[in-house]
Amino acid sequence: MTFSESQLLDAYRRMRTIRDFEERIHTENTTGDIPGFVHLYAGQEAIATGVCIHLSEKDYIGSTHRGHGHCIAKLCDVKGMMKEIFGKQGGLCAGKGGSMHIADLSQGMLGANAIVGGNPPLAVGAALTAKTKKTRHCAVSFTGDGGSNQGTTFEAMNLAVVLQLPVLFMIENNGYGEGTGADYAVGSKDIAGRAAGFGMPAVRVDGTDFFAVAEAAGEAIERARNGGGPSAIEAVAMRFYGHYEGDPQSYRSAEELKRIREDSDCLRIFRARVTAEGMLREAQLDAIDAEVAELIDEAVAEARAADYPPVSELTTDVYVSY
Amino acid sequence: MSLQALKVPKWGLSMEEGAVVEWHVAEGAEVGVGDELLEVETSKIANAVESPVAGRVVRIVAQPGETLAVGGLLAVIAQAGASPDAAEIDAFVADFQASFVPGGDDEGAGSSGPQTLEIDGARISYLTAGGGEATPLVLVHGFGGDANNWLFNLTELAVSRPVFALDLPGHGASTKAVGEGSVAALAEALLGFLAALKLPRVHLAGHSLGGAVALEATRRAPERVASLALLAPAGLGERINGGYLQGFIAAQSRRDMKPVLAQLFCDQALVSRDMIEDILKYKRLDGVTEALETLSAGIFPAGRQAAALRGVLEDPARPVLVIWGREDAIASPADADGLPAHVRVEVLDSVGHMPHMEAAGQVNRLLQEHLG
Amino acid sequence: MAKKTIREAINEALRQEMARDPDIIIIGEDVSGGAGGSGEEDAYGGVMGVTKGLIGEFGRERVIDTPISESAIMGAAAGAATTGLRPVAELMFVDFVGVCFDQIMNQAAKFRYMFGGKARTPMVLRTMIGAGFRAAAQHSQSLYHLFTAVPGLKCVMPSNAYDAKGLMIQAIRDDDPVIFFEHKALYDIADEVPDEAYTIPFGEANFTREGDDVTIVAFSRMVHIANEVADKLAREGVSVEVLDPRTSSPLDSDSILESVEKTGRLVIVDESAARCGLAGDIAGMVAQEGFEFLRGPIRQVTVPHTPVPFAPTLEDAYIPSPAKVEAAVRQLLDSKRRRMSA
Repeated sequence: MTFSESQLLDAYRRMRTIRDFEERIHTENTTGDIPGFVHLYAGQEAIATGVCIHLSEKDYIGSTHRGHGHCIAKLCDVKGMMKEIFGKQGGLCAGKGGSMHIADLSQGMLGANAIVGGNPPLAVGAALTAKTKKTRHCAVSFTGDGGSNQGTTFEAMNLAVVLQLPVLFMIENNGYGEGTGADYAVGSKDIAGRAAGFGMPAVRVDGTDFFAVAEAAGEAIERARNGGGPSAIEAVAMRFYGHYEGDPQSYRSAEELKRIREDSDCLRIFRARVTAEGMLREAQLDAIDAEVAELIDEAVAEARAADYPPVSELTTDVYVSY
Repeated sequence: MSLQALKVPKWGLSMEEGAVVEWHVAEGAEVGVGDELLEVETSKIANAVESPVAGRVVRIVAQPGETLAVGGLLAVIAQAGASPDAAEIDAFVADFQASFVPGGDDEGAGSSGPQTLEIDGARISYLTAGGGEATPLVLVHGFGGDANNWLFNLTELAVSRPVFALDLPGHGASTKAVGEGSVAALAEALLGFLAALKLPRVHLAGHSLGGAVALEATRRAPERVASLALLAPAGLGERINGGYLQGFIAAQSRRDMKPVLAQLFCDQALVSRDMIEDILKYKRLDGVTEALETLSAGIFPAGRQAAALRGVLEDPARPVLVIWGREDAIASPADADGLPAHVRVEVLDSVGHMPHMEAAGQVNRLLQEHLG
Repeated sequence: MAKKTIREAINEALRQEMARDPDIIIIGEDVSGGAGGSGEEDAYGGVMGVTKGLIGEFGRERVIDTPISESAIMGAAAGAATTGLRPVAELMFVDFVGVCFDQIMNQAAKFRYMFGGKARTPMVLRTMIGAGFRAAAQHSQSLYHLFTAVPGLKCVMPSNAYDAKGLMIQAIRDDDPVIFFEHKALYDIADEVPDEAYTIPFGEANFTREGDDVTIVAFSRMVHIANEVADKLAREGVSVEVLDPRTSSPLDSDSILESVEKTGRLVIVDESAARCGLAGDIAGMVAQEGFEFLRGPIRQVTVPHTPVPFAPTLEDAYIPSPAKVEAAVRQLLDSKRRRMSA
């Protein structure tokens, strides 16, 4: 699979935006100005991006509690996201959802989902719409190694195979479900193999390698659009931060954390390959870095300046009509 | 037989029982034909039961508060000249009760269930009662009404002739397609109904908007209309209660509909929950709101009547009866002023926009006289 | 107008709406039945035959038999609804909500609020409720109170065929998730149902009996029990008003209060639960909003605080009976007499 220069620049911009966004949230969170709790996606950028570059706004994705990266990769408005995370007016969910529920249906983003294993059946539903309406659109369910152990995921996989729905189950194995290792909690140790057992093509890829993810996802999504039914991909990439911001991470060693940053940084890996192989130039990437830094600065400044929703919003939008 | 049973009448197809509200006469009272003897209430509406004969009420069987099946024995009347003793009356009552089967025999109801015609692909539903060779009578309801509005009239008037009551397009169980929504379009539908039933000449009785429809049908096909009876009709003036029309169209709930329907009656207590529920059942049907909006916009644009049809009444050869309630809050009885001399105008005291319901006995008598 | 059963009325509503709108699909276990079997298609048409015949008219693409996977069914319906379909999903017995409540309560119900008013989730969840069939604790509950407690859901429980058709069409056309509770014991109840399509708005109570002495509020099958009691007492001159709210969410509190203001006495008959059920909910509302109307205590006739039992003697004792409702009404009337003679 080959990628054009503009596709690669686009992919880098999405990955860089996710990284800067998450690192900035990490910093901002220490001020105490972000309500509630946040789960950061840093370290897994190549997975969301490698999948979403194949999707249009008419294709839907379901996400997880660790959803900022999926939102950005799916081209949700970054400033709207930041306002939402700060619980402000003008947030993508009007300040009613927060970090764990960011959604933008106009971008095909069905919502971050704070219930682990909550979204696979929903993505199956979006795929059912695509199949029923014969749109050639598809759906992607992002789930973690933790969510892969939920019964909802198994039910969704089986139903997708039975109905031959255009859906990709994207399992991001980041090694931990909260504070419990996947090596302990995933009985078979082989999530892709377990998905294959439901009767769909399934592969395992290096989730720090954008090209590996993008190639596997491109193949699966093409198959889905052509009526070939569901697929699954297990992509392995460690998260840089804890389960939640403030997680002391005593379940992993300092050495592991250091090694991840040094050896498994998907942005560094991407940059090295595209410049070494002459696909992109350093200057192009530096320019994107600067633009993204400015965007994130603006996003934070605007989010901080925005008002909280008025109390009159408490009882609105529970129903379309009641 | 000198003794006659006074029975619970059947008002409309769905009536199964009635409750005695109060007696207007005592045992021993001498009564004439048409005298109001008592009030009977159904879940939908209350109405007076009139004496079918001249004579003397010799036994009141059903007391206030009692609920009886349709056809149940209310009282015994001895026909004029007869003087039965108590034993005879006891035996009459016993015989009646022994043989009475509730719901077993729709005696006097006359009308079977609604019938349906397909006219140019459009469904028209109607009720019919009676028979014989006399010129038939066709009853045309008003805006938002249906054939059941004639529940107190259809079978009573069918004693001497065939009577038909149709649901106009947009109403009742008929098609909800109303075309351009004009009086002319409804009149064409009425004439199409007459043609489909092969009725070359009829008496027309129209209420409110149905009055305008009857007038317009007469204008279009004068040879087919033997006489006209107009009850609180549209078509004779410009004014109409636009607030009522808009309220009727807008109301979706019992609470919204109740004050709207109350405007129809002088005695607002007549608006029962069942009456409201029946109207809501109609209004909930797909296409009804659109039909009513189209009709209202076409026939009553800007809250005024578009059709001016007084000229139709000028032919002295066609008998015309106009009946109006003095307390009509929808269309004004002043619209009956200045009509040609051959038009008989009756304005009824303490009656609102629905004289055929609110003063059914009186209206039935006036109609019988008018029809001859 | 023909008499139709509730089963026929719901089937007709589904058929008419599916013919009108190609975005409507039916999805659930055995909604046609026979998929993958060696026998005939549409073998079941739903375990109660409610969806019978629809697959023949609309095909397997729109009448979708699923594996036994309630979470996947409910989630797929919710996901399809937010992305452009109008699914009618079947949860065969409401008792099975235990394995899929997340997709209803945390997902479908919350999308609109959680996403800042931008989502529409026009799904209908059809499900069966009700005791009386010797089906024991896991196939007999009337769990509509659980759903009523969840903001974002609308809850509908028809007691007659006219309401069943109009409420189902409203449910399908409604842009919010609607839970449609069908009582097992009522499928063969028949009444006059128009052939044409019509909708009954939610939150509009139906007065099945009018009266002045006592108000009975009842849902679903309990409406019939209340009517039976009202008719019996009417012969003694006691005038009982029976109010069927038709939907528990939204609830027509205004009509309940209007009736209680007139009668001053309230009995609530509820098959859902003895604790935190609809009876307690309505009693609380009336105590708060209409205390001054009350001439005696509010009586709740509910199931006991037990699972639904199996043995016929026990199950019969479990269900609110006409005798219990009648006793509650008489108690209220007696307390009036005592007070007047005191």
